[in-house]
Amino acid sequence: MRSLDDLAYKAKDKKAAIGPDIDLDTYSIESPLHADVKNLDTIPKEDREKMTLAGLDASEKERAGTYVQRDATAVHSGSNVDGLEIIPIRKALEEIDWIRDYYWKLAAVDTDKYTSRARLDLQNGYVIRALPGKKITLPAQACLYLEKEGFNQNVHNIIIAEEGSELHIISGCASASHVTRGLHVGISEFYVKKDAKLSFTMIHHWAENVVVRPRSVGIVEKGGLFLSNYISMKPVKSVQMYPTIYLVGKGAVARSYNLLVGSPGSELDVGGRIYLQAKDTRAEIISRTITNGGNIISRGDIIGEVPGVKGHLECHGLILNGGVMHAIPELKGLVDGVELSHEAAVGKIAQEEILYLMSRGLTEEEATATIVRGFLSIDIPGLPAPLKAEIDRAVELSQKDVM
Amino acid sequence: MLIIEDLQVKIGNKKVLKHVDLEIQSGETHILFGPNGSGKTSLLMTIMGYPQYKITGGRIMFKGEDITHMTIDERARLGIGMSYQRPPSIQGLKTRRMVQVCGDGHVDADALADKMNFTEFLERDINVGFSGGEIKRSELLQLMAQDADLTLFDEPESGVDLENISLIGNTINCLLQRVNESQHCKTVKHAGRERSKMGLIITHTGFILDYVTADKGLVLYDGMVAGRGNPVEIFKQIKKVGYRECARCAA
Repeated sequence: MRSLDDLAYKAKDKKAAIGPDIDLDTYSIESPLHADVKNLDTIPKEDREKMTLAGLDASEKERAGTYVQRDATAVHSGSNVDGLEIIPIRKALEEIDWIRDYYWKLAAVDTDKYTSRARLDLQNGYVIRALPGKKITLPAQACLYLEKEGFNQNVHNIIIAEEGSELHIISGCASASHVTRGLHVGISEFYVKKDAKLSFTMIHHWAENVVVRPRSVGIVEKGGLFLSNYISMKPVKSVQMYPTIYLVGKGAVARSYNLLVGSPGSELDVGGRIYLQAKDTRAEIISRTITNGGNIISRGDIIGEVPGVKGHLECHGLILNGGVMHAIPELKGLVDGVELSHEAAVGKIAQEEILYLMSRGLTEEEATATIVRGFLSIDIPGLPAPLKAEIDRAVELSQKDVM
Repeated sequence: MLIIEDLQVKIGNKKVLKHVDLEIQSGETHILFGPNGSGKTSLLMTIMGYPQYKITGGRIMFKGEDITHMTIDERARLGIGMSYQRPPSIQGLKTRRMVQVCGDGHVDADALADKMNFTEFLERDINVGFSGGEIKRSELLQLMAQDADLTLFDEPESGVDLENISLIGNTINCLLQRVNESQHCKTVKHAGRERSKMGLIITHTGFILDYVTADKGLVLYDGMVAGRGNPVEIFKQIKKVGYRECARCAA
């Protein structure tokens, strides 16, 4: 462990490969301790509403378990169903031996200054694990909440779907309405074991001056399925993330869906990279992006390393009210017999579509809103109903900002 | 009723309609004939209000209002609907939602789709990957929901297979209230009452005449009305001597 700390220390000023550089020293890592929350309904209404916008269901009615972190403190952590474990990572590191087999095993501490910071100044984060063979169809929920002005939140999450299990997670991030400035660094390591199914849906609901640097890596074993969704439709200063997934077992499948809206002043650099390293593996990366004055870079990269694998990449972007949309799809085949494809399109809403809807009685504004909603409504197969509903709600809420 | 007086229309710098007069009385259906490029679709698109069709002269009156400068949605809300030949596909917009849009939220999409044999398409994105015939059924389904007073049909039979052509014909009859008591058109509100619906139908093949009885026919030729008369007679003439001759004979 010492050597990892040394590596992290050496990388403490290392700029990220892409994205605007952030001066970490301008953020504080001191935060007040928050009290435990037994009942989620006791979270102050204003904060609870913000968390709800990032997917939290305070009633827990349709949730298998919950983790809530305020600034650096895990205030609530618990599972409501058999076969699901939810533990704050600090507690796990103190009490559970096996966590060392997963902690910093996929993500590299010296990737850049952000991984370095998360290694050296870990505050908390969650470990969510579905036990072997357990099919947990209700989503587990996590919320990482930024409350302190100018705070640098460093979290580390480990998600494990054991062999033959099914696990759905909705992981929301939000900031309190008084926060004008903040930095969120999140390390996530995903382990999808043999024949397991994991869906992970991240909903961001930040504020105009919050900077976000997630660093995620996942691995999928034989017959496993990993659905990774990212939704960011609210103003945010800068997000840069390029999660990577390795498909290492025969027939493993990964699908990634990104829905992004870039508001004026926002800089979103979001991608997905999938390595097809075993026979019959398949990958799909789909993004739908809208800018109404923001700057969006939509990346995708699929690498086929063995014969007989398939991958498809799709970046569709709309420019509605100014802004910049930059689609960078990449494909790399390293051997004979890989099938990789991509389609990318950047444009505006076709006038023909607006007029078609107007001839059915909608005003021009209603027609545009209807088309935008359709553009963002992608069918994500394999998600349980409460999660679908949550995504639909996020899309619905974005309407006001987009128009 | 619809009254068009000395209508002149340009697309860009090209005159597509040079002089068109047309009157459709309440309850009447007219058939529009003409060779490719004669201005048939332009006339429908102009009545619907598409902005690229610039009206340079004349006027259009509908239900006593001058709609010459109304926007498309204003005309739609006033009671004009259109069945398109090649409508755009819209990703992510379900056919079900489109039907609800047409019916302003007050229709039973499932019941209407059942009538059109279109139930399995309700959850599909509108027009995405639809065949020619499926597009026509989708268009009619939307029009049933919209329940317009004047419906413009741009070649409603093109691309439709034999199995579905009578379904298309009967649906148009229902929309235009041109049905016998024995036929069922429960989905259309005013069926059975005194006929008030108006229709303007473009046909190329004439097949639709086997199903829809129309009151009048007119031939467009080079942006002008070249002839008027009984639609079945006109169609016979066109088949016999072609449009050029027919334009002369019917005039």
